[in-house]
Amino acid sequence: MPEPLLEVSDLRIRFGGFTAVDGLSFSVRPGEVLGVVGESGSGKSVSMLGVLGLIRTPGAEISGKVVFRGRDLLALKNAEMRAVRGREIAMIFQDPMTALTPVYTIGWQIAEQIRAHEKISKRAARDRAVALLGEVGIPSPEQRVDSYPHEFSGGMRQRAVIAMALSCNPALLIADEPTTALDVTTQAQILDLMRRLRADHGSAVVMITHDMGVVSEIADEVLVMYGGRAVERGSRRQVFHTPRHPYTWGLLDSVPRVRGARARRLPTIPGTPGAAGRGCPFADRCAHSFAACAEVPPLTGESGHLDACWLPEEKRTR
Amino acid sequence: MAGYILRRFGAAVLVLFAISVLVFLIFFATPGVDPAARIAGKNADPATLAQVRASFGFDKPLPVQYALMMKHLFISHDLTSFVNRGTLVIPQIVEAVPVTLSLVVGAAVIWMVLGVGMGTLAGAMRGTLVDPLVMLLGVFGVSLPVYWLGEVVNLVTQKELHDSVFSWVPPLGYAPLSEGVGQWALHLLFPWLTLALLYAGIYARLLRGELINALNEDYVRTARAKGLSERRILVKHALRCSLIPIVSLFGLDFGALVGGAALLTEVVFGLPGVGKLTYQALQNLDLPVIMGTVLYAAFFVVLANAVVDVLYARLDPRVRRA
Amino acid sequence: MSTLLKATDVVKHFRAGRGRAVQAVNGVSLEVRSGETLGVVGESGCGKSTLGRCLVRLTDLTSGRVEFQGRDITTLSRRALRPLRPAMQLVFQDPYASLNPRRTAGDAVAEPLRIHGYGDAAAIRKRVAELFDLVGLARTHLDRYPHEFSGGQRQRVGIARAIALNPELVVADEPVSALDVSVQAQVLNLFSDLQEELGLTYVFIAHDLGVVRHVSDRIAVMYLGEVVEVAGAEELYAAPAHPYTDALLSAVPEIDDGADAPRRERIVLTGDVPSPIDRPGGCSFHPRCPVARDRCRTERPALRVLDAAPGRQVACHFPASP
Repeated sequence: MPEPLLEVSDLRIRFGGFTAVDGLSFSVRPGEVLGVVGESGSGKSVSMLGVLGLIRTPGAEISGKVVFRGRDLLALKNAEMRAVRGREIAMIFQDPMTALTPVYTIGWQIAEQIRAHEKISKRAARDRAVALLGEVGIPSPEQRVDSYPHEFSGGMRQRAVIAMALSCNPALLIADEPTTALDVTTQAQILDLMRRLRADHGSAVVMITHDMGVVSEIADEVLVMYGGRAVERGSRRQVFHTPRHPYTWGLLDSVPRVRGARARRLPTIPGTPGAAGRGCPFADRCAHSFAACAEVPPLTGESGHLDACWLPEEKRTR
Repeated sequence: MAGYILRRFGAAVLVLFAISVLVFLIFFATPGVDPAARIAGKNADPATLAQVRASFGFDKPLPVQYALMMKHLFISHDLTSFVNRGTLVIPQIVEAVPVTLSLVVGAAVIWMVLGVGMGTLAGAMRGTLVDPLVMLLGVFGVSLPVYWLGEVVNLVTQKELHDSVFSWVPPLGYAPLSEGVGQWALHLLFPWLTLALLYAGIYARLLRGELINALNEDYVRTARAKGLSERRILVKHALRCSLIPIVSLFGLDFGALVGGAALLTEVVFGLPGVGKLTYQALQNLDLPVIMGTVLYAAFFVVLANAVVDVLYARLDPRVRRA
Repeated sequence: MSTLLKATDVVKHFRAGRGRAVQAVNGVSLEVRSGETLGVVGESGCGKSTLGRCLVRLTDLTSGRVEFQGRDITTLSRRALRPLRPAMQLVFQDPYASLNPRRTAGDAVAEPLRIHGYGDAAAIRKRVAELFDLVGLARTHLDRYPHEFSGGQRQRVGIARAIALNPELVVADEPVSALDVSVQAQVLNLFSDLQEELGLTYVFIAHDLGVVRHVSDRIAVMYLGEVVEVAGAEELYAAPAHPYTDALLSAVPEIDDGADAPRRERIVLTGDVPSPIDRPGGCSFHPRCPVARDRCRTERPALRVLDAAPGRQVACHFPASP
């Protein structure tokens, strides 16, 4: 088994009295796609922003260890961290409509990133931008490189954003809901593109999403988060074929499918997502909760399939 | 882009034409009032009235009257003030323009430097003590009325401390550039500062707000994820986008001030600019002069608007297509 | 089953400047039967929301005809529509935007009752409490403000408001797309419970194909302002006749949970949806259609009943045989 590229241990992020991420640990191996799923407030986006040092809220406390290629990112100086961001770890965000600065051309913005990390001429950076735009499937990239963001459709913008993220050949790409704002046919195009690029560039990917279908299509490993904690972790097969945590069961059941039998009523998880107080964060919405749930369950398991639940083995069936 | 500029200035010319027609109608075609009597001023003698009637062709149809009026204004430049007998209006305005331009351009430079500097500092240092301190300074500037501040400045520099600290301050009034840049600047220094203080406060506040919004935008987060330096993010991304509304406001303020809105400053500091000219003309009901200055002001406001729109398109690519 | 709502050749264009028009809805004909749920599905910009607003006359039609309960409401004035309003209600995507932030949830639900003269204050209070029970909100929620609710609870308030006056028809425009999946399931269940209890008829507009399949009896698929296919939910998903429907369904990312139904082969459409300002000639889907032939480029296919399967309609020259 290869060394992990990124190893996060006991990551905690607090804003004032609110704990957004509570002792999160996970790792990503080179070239692997980790799908991070959860609902709003699960801490899935915040934790990745924390990994990249992008949390700017005054008074935010971040602790734990984020080891990337042997260095603890949380201990790096600002300038050292900047050299990692964009070059070794790139991140793309949900809304392609607002992710690009409106007053510069697409090519300028891609070249800016390349030139922030490499000593090359403007001309060469521009040529690279053209090549990248072609690679992500933008038609006639020599012309489109001089377009402004508003002249692109949503799908094209997300392609441009991906081209920019890949411009320095990062070892890790963090994608925060990259297809959520897109239509389903465009989403299919972008997922296709990400699969292809991963094969060509060999970047590892952390894919943050709320869509179980997207994870099922693209992830090798899956991390399910709830209330700032990891509740289940394992290979895609393990998590989707034999889910162990009641929250994962709920998530899988409550999605209306496009195939299979139609139930009149959908199975639901009662209540609304949100961090609970002490104990298992899911306890107050869980149909199976019992006395033991007053304590936080540890993330344990065998052969890489871990879950954080006190439920005994014989009750682990949906 | 060239097409856009052409269209925009075409529109500006049309607006100017419309304003000139409107002004003309107000002065010449208001029913029940004899325009000749208005032009000739209070207590004009019959000879003057007759002269005005002939010169403006009041017996002819309105379009001809309009053409005659425009001819007096723009071609023969012989529109005459009847209050100050025989003074030609156009040369008066031409003389006043450099004074106003000197005042406004200098003040504009100061307030833009101060406003952008203060706004950027406060916006970028949000969450520290610098932000509220700078903003307090801004509020201070905004809340001092020009006429009051100007009088206080004059009191201090011309009277109370004139013999000690401010002995270098020249008497009130204007020194043209031909007397040397030093004298010109020295005469205008306090008017500049007085006028600039108000606008600097407004611009700093506005820019701070825009900057704080911009720093929370997704594209700034993208810029951080690209590994750019904070300085580059601030200047190239956040500030660049925040300046768009500032520039448009600046154009309008500048146009209005050159058009005569710097009147209070000019009056307080005894500067013979367009504002002061308008002020005097209004006091004497000197209609030909008022007409001239109104058209002049309209010209600058419309021009400033057009320049702003072109600049806006230059700064914001999203506007260009529209 | 009787027809509750009938739309015939509904067209809605918006002006887009320079004499051009956004052809948001372009000749849509459909029927909504009493007691059923008609799903309207399509990607952003396909005109599904505009169609929804046309169906309840929240906007005027450019042309075409809408009949509600057998009565032509196409050209009724606002006044004439008023007595019909209680019978047709709308639920929006973002309940937060459609609720007044300074009014309590109880007030919000009481408002339509007051406007349409439901009864005295006591009767209204009783009805509001009843509605809160019906949509699964606690009585303690009556005095809360919108910002104190979660997204799911706000949508429940929106639904309570819509059903307050015992409507026949509820048009729901993306009512669950802003909600988390676990909450989405709760709200979908509420929709089906209310339908069963109150005998409601729904037009359910959404982009999520799983959601639409779950709630709908019949489904209309829209593309570029046109309905390209209408079929029963099961039939449509089992065997789409229109190539666009086929591509749309194949693009949905599916959860592979080990149940070994073979998944559909993915058809990745190239390019983007054309602008509704510059619609392609012929079949509007032809530039992206994997099976387009010459005829598709010149001749616009009409929505017609499939010979092989009555009850299914498709607008395609070469439909797949179900």
